[in-house]
Amino acid sequence: MADKNSFIQSWCTIQNNKIDLNGETIFESEPAIGFADFAKAAYRNFGWSYPKFFKMDSLSKLAFIAAELLLKDETSSETENDIALVFSNKSSSMDTDVTFQESIATKENYYPSPAVFVYTLPNICMGEISIRHNLKSENSFFIFEKFNPGFLSNYTDVLLSTNRAEKVLCAWVDFYKETYRANFYLVNSTEGLEHNETTIKTLFNT
Amino acid sequence: MEAVKQELKEKIISVLNLEDVNPEDIKDTDPLFGAGLGLDSIDALELIVMLDKDYGIKLLDPKEGKAIFESIETMAKYISENRTK
Amino acid sequence: MNQGVAITGMGIISAIGNTVEENFTALTNNKVGISTIDNIVTIHSDNIKVGEIKKTNEALVAELALPPGNNFSRTAMLGAIAAKQAVKNAGITDINEYKTGLISSTSVGGMDMTERYYYEYFKNSSILKYVESHDGGDSSQKIADTLGITEIVSTISTACSSAANAIMLGARLIKAGKLDRVIVGGTDALAKFTINGFKTLMILSDTDNTPFDNERKGLNLGEAAAYLVLESEEIVKKEGKKVLAYVSGYGNANDAFHQTASSENGDGAFLAMQKAMKVAGLGVDDIDYINAHGTATPNNDLSEGRAIIRMFGDKVPDFSSTKPFTGHTLAAAAAIEAVYSVLSLQNNVIFPNLNFKTPMSEFDLLPQTSLKHKPIQHVLSNSFGFGGNCSTLIFSKSE
Repeated sequence: MADKNSFIQSWCTIQNNKIDLNGETIFESEPAIGFADFAKAAYRNFGWSYPKFFKMDSLSKLAFIAAELLLKDETSSETENDIALVFSNKSSSMDTDVTFQESIATKENYYPSPAVFVYTLPNICMGEISIRHNLKSENSFFIFEKFNPGFLSNYTDVLLSTNRAEKVLCAWVDFYKETYRANFYLVNSTEGLEHNETTIKTLFNT
Repeated sequence: MEAVKQELKEKIISVLNLEDVNPEDIKDTDPLFGAGLGLDSIDALELIVMLDKDYGIKLLDPKEGKAIFESIETMAKYISENRTK
Repeated sequence: MNQGVAITGMGIISAIGNTVEENFTALTNNKVGISTIDNIVTIHSDNIKVGEIKKTNEALVAELALPPGNNFSRTAMLGAIAAKQAVKNAGITDINEYKTGLISSTSVGGMDMTERYYYEYFKNSSILKYVESHDGGDSSQKIADTLGITEIVSTISTACSSAANAIMLGARLIKAGKLDRVIVGGTDALAKFTINGFKTLMILSDTDNTPFDNERKGLNLGEAAAYLVLESEEIVKKEGKKVLAYVSGYGNANDAFHQTASSENGDGAFLAMQKAMKVAGLGVDDIDYINAHGTATPNNDLSEGRAIIRMFGDKVPDFSSTKPFTGHTLAAAAAIEAVYSVLSLQNNVIFPNLNFKTPMSEFDLLPQTSLKHKPIQHVLSNSFGFGGNCSTLIFSKSE
């Protein structure tokens, strides 16, 4: 149905305190350390300079790292970049929701935190990435029981073939109580691995 | 008031997740918003919560915050005059 | 212009009515649904006003005839009621006669139950069932099960633009031939979680919300659910269906500015409107009414106002926000406002922007403050969510 062919130009997996880019491990930490420390170590390792990173919740930090690795040579802050974002997960923003809920749990210690509340929506991580990479493109966040490459690849192909975006960054990015998984991949219509459900499943071992 | 200022610098760094900043880096009269530490509107709201939680001061109009949060100096003065904790 | 995708049914439950007819009567008689909160016990009850549906959860359970052991959250119940209405309104008797899917949206999900029972879960096993219904996806699945839908079911969670994105996705799925028809919309119930969250961002008003007014103080939260039935041209012709209106344009863009505030010049809003107009093949002269996002926060109305001026120049059409009637219903907002846009087209009427007194000092925009009758061909509806997610829908008259 799509007029254009589509291709996966790069992909990234972050899980168990390990970052794999295009199939190669490029950074890892002790599996025992918590996500916050792992994320900080990764940030420092890659020499990034973006102080807002430390204000983000875990879901946004996870998404940020993956997007940073896949988009760093793709985008410039001077131009508007036409990369659509199609993200998904199972837990929505539940990890941060719980943190926020705890700040209003007892009458004696009732101090809802605005900085935490801001992250109680799953699509905020796409907002953070859009701010960072100057993307005013289309973005949507889907909730599925599990990673749904069939749905994502269909949706992505439609976006590309109808010229709604030049490239599409697709993701499964889930974080809940220190268990997390990020599978990101960048799709274009010029070259790379064939973009279809089978390829995606193979790249991410699902 | 010196104790309050030191306390504020430490609190701001931890409450606002300012990773690479040390209390010594924040001068009493440096602007906190805009240039200076580059805090934003959500940070301002967090500071309002902090005023309530740690000092018992309830700020109802966010616009008042602008003058109070100008610098550590202005914050410390306001807290010393209005704290109930 | 291109015709768009046919809307053949709609259903709604909100603070101003339990059916489409009730909502329309309220909108045309200045019957407002903003009040103090009754169903939730909160320390803020004296300081906030909300658009609450005055039905207890027990009443909703009875209305849906749910079995005693059910674990429907309030969000799921409101959604099921509205979705059933929409399907009935579309004259559908066998939901699986054609390939039919559901794209729902929510931001609260089952949070209303979770916040009630979270600390009791370990002590009381009879309420553990609500753990399962917390997820956003659960409310969609419950609605799909209630309707008997077996095809694509998906949940969109992009804050206040969610339902617009659901409608947009539904329209695309029909156009791409992936589905013959699709139920699209959103649902959100009031919860302490959102009340406290918005309060701490200091964007709630303790009085009735006043969109586009210079003295506006913030929004009133609301709860609601609404769904549209979209059907392919083929089915419409084959079944001789009555088309209520068409989804003729849609656009989504990111503001890329801040997690919860909108950019000064409304970049995301402008881009979304521009894209929607392009999809619809319409020019600025063609829009007869804008149902604005108009939440009455200092930030949104300024940003949206600027974006509207950038888009329409000196030809800004009549516009109003209907949030003084219903409150801001978050993920359901774009869906209830879609229903209002269709009512506007069917009845050639513009609903008033209530509570307006003083024009904003930054520009010369005056909302339509009284009910206005005039021929309406095309309505543009804006919904802008946290995370910079900006969406615009355009609805066009069915002749």
